[in-house]
Amino acid sequence: MTSQLKPDHWRSAVKYSPFYNKIKEHDYVNEWHRWAEYTTATVLEDTTIEYFAIRNSASIFDITPMSKYRIKGPDALDFMNRLLPRDMTKIRVGRVAYTVWCDDEGMVLDDGTVFRVAKNEYLLCAQERQMEILRRNSVGFDIEYSEVTDEIAAISFQGPCTCKILKNMGFEGVENMKMFDLRFFDFPGGEIMISRTGYTGDLGYEIWTKNDQAELLWDSIYEGGKDYAIRPIGGNALEIARVEAGLIAAHVDFSPANETVRPGHAKSPYELGLGWLVKPDKGVAFNGRRALIKEKEKGSRYRFVKLDVEGNKTACNAYLFDKENGKTIGHVSSTAWAPSAKTNVALGFVDMPYGEVGDTVWAEIYYQKELKWNKRWAKCKVMKDPAWNPPRKTLTPPADF
Amino acid sequence: MKKYDVIVIGSGHNGLTNGAFLAKAGLDVLVVEKNDYIGGATVSRNLHKDWKYSNCSYLASLFRPEIYRHLNLAKHGLQVVTYNGGFTLTDSGDYLGSFSDHEVMRREIRRHSPVDVDAYDRYYHQMAKWCRFIRPLLLRTPPDPTSFKPRDLDELKFLGKKFFDLGQRDLYDFMKFFTVSVGDFLDEFFDSDLIKAHKAGSAVVGTNLGPRSPGTAYVLLHHYMGDVDGAVGAWGFPRGGMGAISGALAGALQEHGGEIRINAGVDKIMVKRGKVTGVRLENGEEILADRVVSNVDAKKTFLGLMEPEDAGEKVVKAAKRYKSRGSSGKLNIALNGVPEFTALPKGSELIKGDFHIVDNMEAYERGYDEWKDGMWSTNPYLDILIPTLTDPTMAPPGKHFMTCFVQYCPSKVKGQDWNADLLKKFGDNVIDSIAKYSPNFKDLIEHVEIRSGQVIDNEIGLTEGNIFQGELSLNQLMFNRPFHGCAQYRGPVNGLYLSGSTTHPGGGVMGAPGANSAREILMDMKISTTVPEDEGDD
Amino acid sequence: MTNNLNNSYDVIIVGGGHNGLVCAGYLAKAGKNVLMLEAQSQVGGAAITDKLIGGKKVSSCAHFLNQLSPRVSNDLNLASHGLKLSASNISTIALDLAGNHMHLNKTSVKGGNVSNSDADNYKKFMTLMHEYAGTLGFMIDIAPIDIFNLDWDDKVAAMKLGWKFRFSLGAEKMSEFLRMIGMNIRDVLDDEFDNELLKGALSFDAVLGTYTGPYSPGNFLTFLYRIASGNSGAVDIPKGGMGAVTAAMSSAAKANGVEIRTGSRVKSINVDNCAVTGVTLENGEVFNAKIVASNANMKTTVLDMVGPRHFEADFVKRVGDIRMRGAAAKIHIALNDVPEFSGLARGDLINRLVIAPTQNDVERAFNHVKYGEVSTSPMMEISIPSLVDSSLAEDGHVLSATVQYAPYDLKGGWTKKARADFLEVCISRIAEYAPNIREKIEYAELITPNDMEDRYGLIGGNWHHGELTLDQMLMLRPVPEASQYQLPLDGMYICGAGAHPGGGVMGAAGRNAALEIIKGKTK
Repeated sequence: MTSQLKPDHWRSAVKYSPFYNKIKEHDYVNEWHRWAEYTTATVLEDTTIEYFAIRNSASIFDITPMSKYRIKGPDALDFMNRLLPRDMTKIRVGRVAYTVWCDDEGMVLDDGTVFRVAKNEYLLCAQERQMEILRRNSVGFDIEYSEVTDEIAAISFQGPCTCKILKNMGFEGVENMKMFDLRFFDFPGGEIMISRTGYTGDLGYEIWTKNDQAELLWDSIYEGGKDYAIRPIGGNALEIARVEAGLIAAHVDFSPANETVRPGHAKSPYELGLGWLVKPDKGVAFNGRRALIKEKEKGSRYRFVKLDVEGNKTACNAYLFDKENGKTIGHVSSTAWAPSAKTNVALGFVDMPYGEVGDTVWAEIYYQKELKWNKRWAKCKVMKDPAWNPPRKTLTPPADF
Repeated sequence: MKKYDVIVIGSGHNGLTNGAFLAKAGLDVLVVEKNDYIGGATVSRNLHKDWKYSNCSYLASLFRPEIYRHLNLAKHGLQVVTYNGGFTLTDSGDYLGSFSDHEVMRREIRRHSPVDVDAYDRYYHQMAKWCRFIRPLLLRTPPDPTSFKPRDLDELKFLGKKFFDLGQRDLYDFMKFFTVSVGDFLDEFFDSDLIKAHKAGSAVVGTNLGPRSPGTAYVLLHHYMGDVDGAVGAWGFPRGGMGAISGALAGALQEHGGEIRINAGVDKIMVKRGKVTGVRLENGEEILADRVVSNVDAKKTFLGLMEPEDAGEKVVKAAKRYKSRGSSGKLNIALNGVPEFTALPKGSELIKGDFHIVDNMEAYERGYDEWKDGMWSTNPYLDILIPTLTDPTMAPPGKHFMTCFVQYCPSKVKGQDWNADLLKKFGDNVIDSIAKYSPNFKDLIEHVEIRSGQVIDNEIGLTEGNIFQGELSLNQLMFNRPFHGCAQYRGPVNGLYLSGSTTHPGGGVMGAPGANSAREILMDMKISTTVPEDEGDD
Repeated sequence: MTNNLNNSYDVIIVGGGHNGLVCAGYLAKAGKNVLMLEAQSQVGGAAITDKLIGGKKVSSCAHFLNQLSPRVSNDLNLASHGLKLSASNISTIALDLAGNHMHLNKTSVKGGNVSNSDADNYKKFMTLMHEYAGTLGFMIDIAPIDIFNLDWDDKVAAMKLGWKFRFSLGAEKMSEFLRMIGMNIRDVLDDEFDNELLKGALSFDAVLGTYTGPYSPGNFLTFLYRIASGNSGAVDIPKGGMGAVTAAMSSAAKANGVEIRTGSRVKSINVDNCAVTGVTLENGEVFNAKIVASNANMKTTVLDMVGPRHFEADFVKRVGDIRMRGAAAKIHIALNDVPEFSGLARGDLINRLVIAPTQNDVERAFNHVKYGEVSTSPMMEISIPSLVDSSLAEDGHVLSATVQYAPYDLKGGWTKKARADFLEVCISRIAEYAPNIREKIEYAELITPNDMEDRYGLIGGNWHHGELTLDQMLMLRPVPEASQYQLPLDGMYICGAGAHPGGGVMGAAGRNAALEIIKGKTK
C-alpha cells in the first residue's frame, strides 16, 4: 500500500478517486455510495440521460475502485493458466481475456478481465478482493503479485462516439484496436494503457493511468469529446446497460464462492452460462478442473437464462415457473427495462433441464403503483443473445462520425 | 399440604426460563433459590453505593431471541442494547480495533498486517458458515446415538442429513474445525500474531485449555453465534445489567402464575420408589411436587442434592467424572470516571466495546501453563467492558462500572483455598496489568470486587466457578452433556430433570438448556408444547 | 517380467521406507511390474539399523516393534525372509527414583506401590481398551470410508463399523467410547487410577511421538491407537534392529519381483496432461509408469516432487497446512558394559524402560517445546537391545532412548553447543536412575527432530509424517482429497505414514495403498 495507515485512520475511512473532483463538477444530486473503500456516484444528474450517453454518444464511468492486481515473473503464464479455467496460452501479449475463476469445487469465486501487458506480466481486474486467492495460488510459481488498486486510476469510456473522441485526442491507430485488444499510448506523464473492453455490451474502451495523470486525462477527454455529448455517469446507468447486455455481476447474479455460507448457493461457470470459458482439456490442473469435469459428466444444477419478459413490468425478484401457477423452477437475479432494445429484460436461473433457448417460462411479477401492490403473470422467452448486442460492439474500425 | 406440578431448584436464567415456559403451559411452578436474590450468575447487584454490578456474566448476545419473544420479555422490561467496538492493546503501545464497518476493519487489519486483510474476509465467512450450521442445533434435544427409539433415530437422521448437505469439502473442513486447536486454526488464515491473539481469546475463555490445545477452535463459535435483532455476531447487553434478564424472566414466570421463593436452599431432592416426590429445604421444610427440575450443575445435583442410592451407582460415577474445573476469575470495579488508554486516539468510540490486553499467542499459552500449576496467569488475558458507556442506568452520572473477566485463574491456589490475602494479590496483579496501559486507571477506582472461581462456587454454586456449569470439551457436548443417560434433560429417577448449562447446548447466557428441558417435560406430560425451536435465518 | 528397454513399469514406488516396501511387495504379488527408487544406499527409510562410531549398531529411529501388522507379516511371509525376534512381548518398566519400579504387562501391573484397586482397575481398563481395539481395529487395515463416493468396500466398511458399534460393543461401551474419543489421556487416567507412576507411564504411551502433552485433548485416541495397531499392544525387539525388519520386507519384495534401485534420488515426479508419467532421478535418468506411489512425506511429494502447479490451489493450501511438528529426539549410547539401574536386576533391563514419573512431569516437559525450548527434565523410553541381541554389539552394549521433548524449531537453533547441552541433560536424566552409566559410556549421540528431517525426510521431525491428532486422522489424513491414497492427480498415490493410519512400523498404510492401486477406483 502506498500510504502508511495511522492509528486514527478511521477518521477518514473513505477514499476519493483521482477523478473525484472532476466528477463532482458534474454532480447535481449528490447521490453517492461506497464501492470498496471508495465513494462512487450512484447518479449524477438523471439515470436515463446518463444511460443514453452510453448508447448514444460517450460516457465516462470511474472504475478506479475495481480491485486491480499485477502479476509478473517467469511463471506468470503458467500461474494464470492454473488460476483460470480459460486456456491462457491463447491470450497473446496485447490481448485481454474475460474470465471467471473457481475454487476446488468448481464454484465461481469471481469474474473479471485479465490483461496480458507483457510476455511475463498480467493485470487482473475484478470486482472482489483477490489477494488471498492469489497468495494461495502462488505457491510453487516464480512470480510476484501485488495489489495496484490504488496505483492505477481507471475510467470506462463507453459509447458509439468513443473511438472518434480518442482519435481526436491524438491516440493514433486506436481505431484499429479489436475487441479485447490493449495498447499503450504516449501521454503526458507517461504511457497510458487503453483496452477495448467494457461492461456495457457496446463500443467502448477502458483507460488506465497513473493517479497523477487522471485529471489531465479527464480534461483531454472532455476536450476531445466536447462536440459529442460526452458525460460522466453514475452506477445506476451502468447497471441498466449491463443487464441489457446480458452481463453478470458478483453479489447480484452469483455469490462469490469464498463468501458463500449456505450449502449449494455458489454457482459454477456452466451454471452461469460461461461454460465456454472452461477448457478441461487444456492439460493444466486449473482450479476447479476435476469438479468441473465431473459436473460436465453429471450435468449442472441450474441454467443461466436471459429472458425477454412479456409486458412492461420488470420481473424484479420474481420466482420463475414452468407454467402459470405451475412449479417453481428458478428465480430472477437482475432486471431492467432496456431502453435501447425496448425489451423487458431479466437475467435469472432455472433448474435443469428447463430454460433451453426458445423455451417459455413464467414469472410471477409483483409491482407497485401508488403504494398499491399488484401481481401479474408474465410469459418469458429464453433468449439466445443479449437484448442489446449491436454490430458496432465488435466492428473494427468503428464507425467515424 | 400444597403440591406443585414442578419445583425448579435454582433461579439462574435457565431455571427461570424453564419455569416460565412450564408456567406458561399451565403448570403450577415453584422456583426455589438459596440466595436472597434471584438470577444465579445473571444478576445486577448493588455491592457499592448506587452502582449495579453485573458481577458474574456480563453479556447477553447468546440469549436466544426465540425465548425473548415467546416469553414476552420486552413487556417485562428487558431491553438488550447493541454495542460496538472493542480492541486489543499491544505491548508496543498500539491497539488493534474491532470496527463494525467492513472497510474500516480491513484498513485496521492492513495497518497491522497487509497480507492478512483478505484472509480476514475468508476467516469471517468460514466462521459464519459454521455458525449457521450449528445455531439450529441449540434449541433441539440431542439424540442418543445408542438408542433405537424412533425419535432418536429421526434426530440422528436429521443430523446426518445436515452434515451430508454440507458437501464433501465443507463437511471435512467442519470436522477439522471441530477438533483442531484455535492456534492451529488461526495459523491457517493469518500471519500476524496480534490478529491471532485478538481472535483467540474467545476460544479459551472459561475453558481449561490453552490456545494450542486441540478442540478449542470451535469454542470461537460462541463469539460469533450471538445475535441481536437478527444481526448475527452482534453483541449486546441488557439495559440495567444482567439482572434485567433474570428480572424479566421472573416477570414472565409470575405472569403465568409461577412462584419464586428466595432464601430457600435445597438440602435434598426427595425420592420415593424411584420417583421424585419433592424437595427438602436446608431448614428442614419439605415441599411436594411431582417433578423436580435441577438447574444446578450435574456434579452438585447428583453428588450433593441426591442420595447416592437414589442417583444410582452409574450416575454417581459419571457425575464424579464430569469435569467442571474453574479457570476464570473476575474483577468488578466501580470507577470515578472513564479510564484513559494511551493507545487509543482521542475520540475513539472503541472503548465502548470489550477490550483485551494479551497481544501474542505465546502469552496465552504461558498463562495456561501457570494455571496448570495451580497459579493465576501473571500476564492474564482480560476481557474488559465498561457497559456504563452505553447504559447510563448502572452507575451514577459520570461514574462507571467496569467488568473485567480474567483468564486464567485457578479454583484453588496451589491446592490452597482462596483467602482475602490471595484475592488481593490476584486482584492487584490484574489492576497492575490494566494500569500499564492506562495511567489514570488506579486513581479512578472507587471499589473493587474480586472473584475467584471458588468465591463464585461458594456464592452461586457453579462447581469450581466453571462458568459453563461444566467444561465445554469434546467429551461433554451434545449427547455427552453432562453424560450419556442424562443428556436428554432427564435425571435417573422419574420426575427429575436438568435444566442448567450443564446440559446441551451448554453455557453462556443462552436460555436454550432451560427451554429445551421445558419442552421435554411437557412432552413427558403429553402437554402440547409452547416452547419454540430455532426460527432460523434462511 | 517384461522388457525394460524403455524403463517402463506398471508402478514406481518413490522411497524405500517400510511402507514403500510393503506396498511394493503387495503390488508385485498381484502381478504388477514394480520399480522402487530409494535415495539412500540402503532401503528402510527411518526403520534401519545404524552403525555408531566405534561399530556398535542400533535401530535408527523407532527401536521397538509393537505395531507391525501381523497380516502384513503373514502375507509377505517376513519370517521366511529372515525376520526374527530377539525378544517378544516384553514388559514396560516405569522407573521410579526411589527404586520402587513398576512392571506393566498387557493387563497386569505390579510394583511401584500400586494399590490393589489400581491393579484391578488396570486390568479392567486395559481389557476394555483391548476390546475397543479389537472391535474397531479393523479400520486400520482399510482405506478410510469415502462418505461421498461410496463404493462397495466403503459400504461394507460403513456397515461393519455401524454393526460393531451398535451390537458388538453395546450401548454402554459405545457411549463410553464416544465420550472418551475426544479426551486427553490425563483426564482418562485420573478417572481410573490413583498411582502417579502408573499414570505417568501410561500417559507417556499416549504422547510418544506426538506433539502433545497429557493435558492435550485427543490423545486418548493415540493411546488407543498404539493398542489397536499391530499385535494388540505387544512389544517386541527385532533381531538385528529395525533394519532387519525392512531387510526382510525388501527381501520379500524382491522375491515377488520388485526391482529395487538404491542410491537413486528422485528429483521429480513427472506429469503430462494432468496425469503422472513417471519420475526423473537427480542424475537425469527417467523411468516411466502410469502409476507412481510416493512413500515420501506428503509435503515433499506434493510441493517438491510433483510440484504445486500440478494440483489445484486449494489442495496445495491444505497440504501446506498439514501439521507435522516433531517433538521427540533420540539418543544412542555405546556402552562398554551394562549400567546398573538401582532396583533392577540385569535381566529386567531387556524390557522397555520408561522415565515418566507423573503426568504432571510429562506435561511440564511438554511445556518447553511449545516455546521452542528443550525439556529441562525430559521423559524417556529406553531400550538396551544388545542384551538380547549380541549381533548389535560384539563387546559391550548399546542403549537407545527416545527422548521427549525436543523441538524442531529450537530457539537459537540446534547449534553444536545446544546439542551437547541437551545430550548432557539426557545422560544426566538416565544417570538419575542408573548412577554409574557415565563410567560405561564409550560414545553418545543425539538425534534431533531436525536430524530426522535431514536423514529420513521426516519433515518437521515428525515420526508420523503428519501429527496424529483428531483433525488429521481417518478421512482427514493426510488431507481429505487424498485420504484414499490417491491424490487428485491421475496415477499419483501416497503409501507412507502420512496417509491413514499413520506412522509406526506398521506397514498398514503401504498395504492399504497397494490395495487401492490394485482396485483402481477412479476419483
